[in-house]
Amino acid sequence: MDYKNIIAKFADVPGGMIEAFHAIQDEFSYLPEEAIIEAAKVFGVPAADAYGVATFYSYFSVKSRGKNIIRICESAPCHIAGADEVVAALERELGITMGNSTADGRFALEFAQCVGQCQATPVITVNSKPYFDVTPAKVVEIIAEYK
Amino acid sequence: MAEEMRIVLRNYGKIDPLKIDDYISLGGYNALKKACATDKTALIDDIKKSNLRGRGGAGFNCGMKWSFAAMAQADQKYVVCNADEGEPGTYKDRLIMENDPQTLLEGMAICAYAIGATKGYIYCRGEYPQVVKILNTAIAQAKEKGVLGDFDIEVRMGAGAYVCGEETALIESLEGNRGEPRYKPPYPPAQGLWQKPTIVNNVETFAAIPVIVEKGGEWFASIGAPSYPGTKVLTLTGDINNRTFFEVPTNTTIREVIYKLGGGIPSGKKFKAVQIGGTSGAFIPESQLDTPIAFDAMTAIDAALGSGAVFVLDETRDLVDVTTQIAKFFEHESCGKCAPCREGTMRMFDLMEKINDGEGSAQDVALLNKLGRVMSYSCLCGLGQAAPAPVLSTIKHFPADYNAKFA
Ligand SMILES: Cc1cc2nc3c(=O)[nH]c(=O)nc-3n(C[C@H](O)[C@H](O)[C@H](O)COP(=O)(O)O)c2cc1C
Ligand code: SF4
Ligand code: FES
Repeated sequence: MDYKNIIAKFADVPGGMIEAFHAIQDEFSYLPEEAIIEAAKVFGVPAADAYGVATFYSYFSVKSRGKNIIRICESAPCHIAGADEVVAALERELGITMGNSTADGRFALEFAQCVGQCQATPVITVNSKPYFDVTPAKVVEIIAEYK
Repeated sequence: MAEEMRIVLRNYGKIDPLKIDDYISLGGYNALKKACATDKTALIDDIKKSNLRGRGGAGFNCGMKWSFAAMAQADQKYVVCNADEGEPGTYKDRLIMENDPQTLLEGMAICAYAIGATKGYIYCRGEYPQVVKILNTAIAQAKEKGVLGDFDIEVRMGAGAYVCGEETALIESLEGNRGEPRYKPPYPPAQGLWQKPTIVNNVETFAAIPVIVEKGGEWFASIGAPSYPGTKVLTLTGDINNRTFFEVPTNTTIREVIYKLGGGIPSGKKFKAVQIGGTSGAFIPESQLDTPIAFDAMTAIDAALGSGAVFVLDETRDLVDVTTQIAKFFEHESCGKCAPCREGTMRMFDLMEKINDGEGSAQDVALLNKLGRVMSYSCLCGLGQAAPAPVLSTIKHFPADYNAKFA
């Protein structure tokens, strides 16, 4: 869907800019510049404010990024359960470092803070779906699901 | 002692969370009916009598908070549920919402009646899209059954900002803005969402409400620690045999939680430290394990109950390394609105990293101590005020870990 149509759907929702941004990201995986400017117009705020919102929240990205977003929890419980090794395995498998996307645009790799699944650390999420007790060996299987 | 007692998780595993009829068949929505047949002042008085205190971390008396919003005159008031649950190591609110969403809706509806609100929001963290779906299904079913009367509830999803758990930041976010905390006063019960009187309560707080209404404030007040009665849901992580959750009366001690319910430390290793309340909590040494997991008892040992996360570390763990990771968390999550936190969390992480890399000295530790003290009273919101707690408590209780790292 066109970003304008998406934003229009939220025009009458009080405080709806964040909801609109979620919907745009579901479609584009990031917030394109035109969409942010359009949102500013529709919600009647200066473009600076719309940018302010877009850049405040860690789930929103103003840079284009890979379609499947892999996040790894680096909070203390996951950290001591071996998150570092999972990070190394992810970087090795995808051939990129944390904070970057694969050249084919399939994967983005990001750090996250606790995703609330701490009964089974370390945890990673792919497009918000959690994977539990992740090991370097499991990383290979998980990535294969999305290839 | 050290028995589980399920109040907020009373329906866990007993109902299909996606079937409102299951909830109703176990007495669901009787409390709301009873509440609506009670005079509002009497209802709030009973909540006050229960001495239920907020389960989101600040421990404010729930009935008292409601009475402020009830007294306020306004054409619209709001009931907001704080389901932002950002404190690392915590997933209790998720458990409640995934397993018994109707109990949360019922608790919110009782609050709406008590304060005179017709609109509610659940602010659910962006990490829980599956919970948002469950909540929306539950709301649709409740509407269809007509159990909520004229009370309307909407779910909004956060977008990954820990500070949005702070109630005024949460309100800003609901309004569609950057989630930066507001200056207080005014407090939300006087001026909250869109400047209207607003009650913000945690998921676990709301989940206790229907039971309290049903069984009476006195019944609740008699459970657990008298100054912070009831139960608390704890989530156990780290070096512990039973990495799971428990709901226990608030007079249960940390030692009972770790050794009885938690089954002790794996591989016969010794206990080293426990951090309670999530990442903003203090690290507690062995000598303080007989402290009950009640709000004031924890405050008395310079720690905090917070969200009820219990993060256990065994003797092999390097506390400086873990604390450095935590300092990174705060540096990342500081919203930047006030200088002591924006600059302080950055300097704190720098210093911790320096020490952790073996390049620090006793002077750096002294500097951390001073910085932490200044931050704890000069930061605008609880994030910056609590950020130094892990650093200050590890310096105090585990100096050997720091000394071992000096260049
Ligand atoms: C940085 C920060 C994060 C917070 N995060 C949460 C949270 O995730 N959930 C929550 O209920 N309260 C959180 N709080 C506490 C809220 O500000 C507020 O006290 C609480 O929602 C009130 O509800 P209660 O009285 O039922 O506890 C946080 C506070 C601060 C300062
Ligand atoms: S203490 Fe930190 S998080 Fe709170 S308002 Fe100040 S900068 Fe923002
Ligand atoms: S600490 Fe990693 S999911 Fe909670």
